[in-house]
Amino acid sequence: MATSKTLGESLRQHGVSRRGFLKFCAATASMMALPPSMAPAIAQALEKARRPSVIWLSFQECTGCTESLTRSFSPTVENLIFDVISLDYHHTLQAAAGDAAEHAREQAMNSNAGEYLVVVDGSLPGPKANPGYSTIAGISNYDMLMDTIDGAAAVVAVGTCAAFGGLPKADPNPTGAVSVQDLVKDKPVINVSGCPPVPMVITGVLAQFLTFGTIPELDEYGRPRAFFGQSIHDRCYRRPFYDKGKFAESFDDEGAKAGWCLYRLGCKGPMTYNACATMKWNGGASWPVEAGYPCLGCSEPDFWDAGGFYKALSVPTGSPGDVLLTAGAVGAAVGVGAGLMSRNQGKQAAKHHDKVTADQLEEKL
Amino acid sequence: MAQLANIPIRIEQPEAEPQQFGNALPILNEIRHALARFAESAEPTRIDLAAMPFGPGDEEHLMALLGRGEVEATIDALGPTRVWETRFPGVWVLDYANVEGERIALQIEVDEIPQMLRTQRADITDSLTALDAALASATAADPAAESRH
Repeated sequence: MATSKTLGESLRQHGVSRRGFLKFCAATASMMALPPSMAPAIAQALEKARRPSVIWLSFQECTGCTESLTRSFSPTVENLIFDVISLDYHHTLQAAAGDAAEHAREQAMNSNAGEYLVVVDGSLPGPKANPGYSTIAGISNYDMLMDTIDGAAAVVAVGTCAAFGGLPKADPNPTGAVSVQDLVKDKPVINVSGCPPVPMVITGVLAQFLTFGTIPELDEYGRPRAFFGQSIHDRCYRRPFYDKGKFAESFDDEGAKAGWCLYRLGCKGPMTYNACATMKWNGGASWPVEAGYPCLGCSEPDFWDAGGFYKALSVPTGSPGDVLLTAGAVGAAVGVGAGLMSRNQGKQAAKHHDKVTADQLEEKL
Repeated sequence: MAQLANIPIRIEQPEAEPQQFGNALPILNEIRHALARFAESAEPTRIDLAAMPFGPGDEEHLMALLGRGEVEATIDALGPTRVWETRFPGVWVLDYANVEGERIALQIEVDEIPQMLRTQRADITDSLTALDAALASATAADPAAESRH
């Protein structure tokens, strides 16, 4: 349950000194992609912040988003944040099961009406789809979402499935899956996309809400600009090679070994907006491009249906690709176009969906 | 049957020099601007290196360029924070780690002394209260203290 204790008091009770708190704020500023000079402002705001109640709903999902969140290096600022928010309902993490679990959700909703935060991972069968494709405690995902958001202050859609429909919605979308923003119209929805999202981005968004009590500035897809404001391509450490026209042509050629640009191996960096390039994964150890693998574009809508993962953006993948012919030349600007186009890609992909066998894939590599 | 330890293993070391992705020098320039600003108007600057697109070797290159100066300190709060002045006085590196020693942030601070090393005013007030309490309990426990009053 949410308590009336402020975050500052709660931390001090946990034996955290003011210096420790300042460190926490410095790390939080870094996590929220805010300038380090914001740390004192964060400290001031956090001293007064109250622990918000968080209800986490998992629908058509693979638990990858929760894995991402919990498998972050522990204990760390993320865990600290989870010590200081009140996570009242989360299928995977809560000890309660069955009626007791649902009771916890209802109790959190009643005690914190109008103030709690709902986090959703996974898409859900839409109102016209067969609700039997995904239910919890005999309640359809649709009913549970609509019931829970009623008294929520805001909804955070974590992962590409919750934000844009993701894998369940990929062609041919057998379960009639839709995203959270397709259904929630009267509450602010923050999309934290990615398959899964970078853990620090998930906690960063929660921290921002906790710190300032406001919804962060969002892009046209409802994603926080602080993390999704720049393309992978623009923040990629291999960008200097792209600018010089040095490309890896296969996964084991000299260019690949020398760490050249992976654009021709299908990197979707130019049309993908995410924080991987700077925040990286596994405690800042590395990220896909640093591991020598092209970006799949997992934080963009309908990325599953956007053509082959190993096809360069400039290679036509069907009609959407025709427009992307000049992607290499126009660089980041194309990201916007490709993003906007992807709304239609679901339909397009049905016509132009590329089927590829493992043999063909190997041939290409 | 061959034992596992008998199977020869050869680890190939890359022959080439560490790769240079060229992302260190722009940061050094940014630090130079910050230092100039501090020299002129005493305005401190913090640069979050986590927000920089560093490739393998870029950070090492930057750290090698900055070198080590005279001061080094460790703060033990929520895990260790290592602080050191670079060979350019006024340019500090703050390496924040969690209790398991994993890095959670890396910052450059251009200031006379980093904010983290200063004692905060609220701590000084608390410190006075704590010292008073310690003095009171020490006095109460010390029979000789009575006679001194």
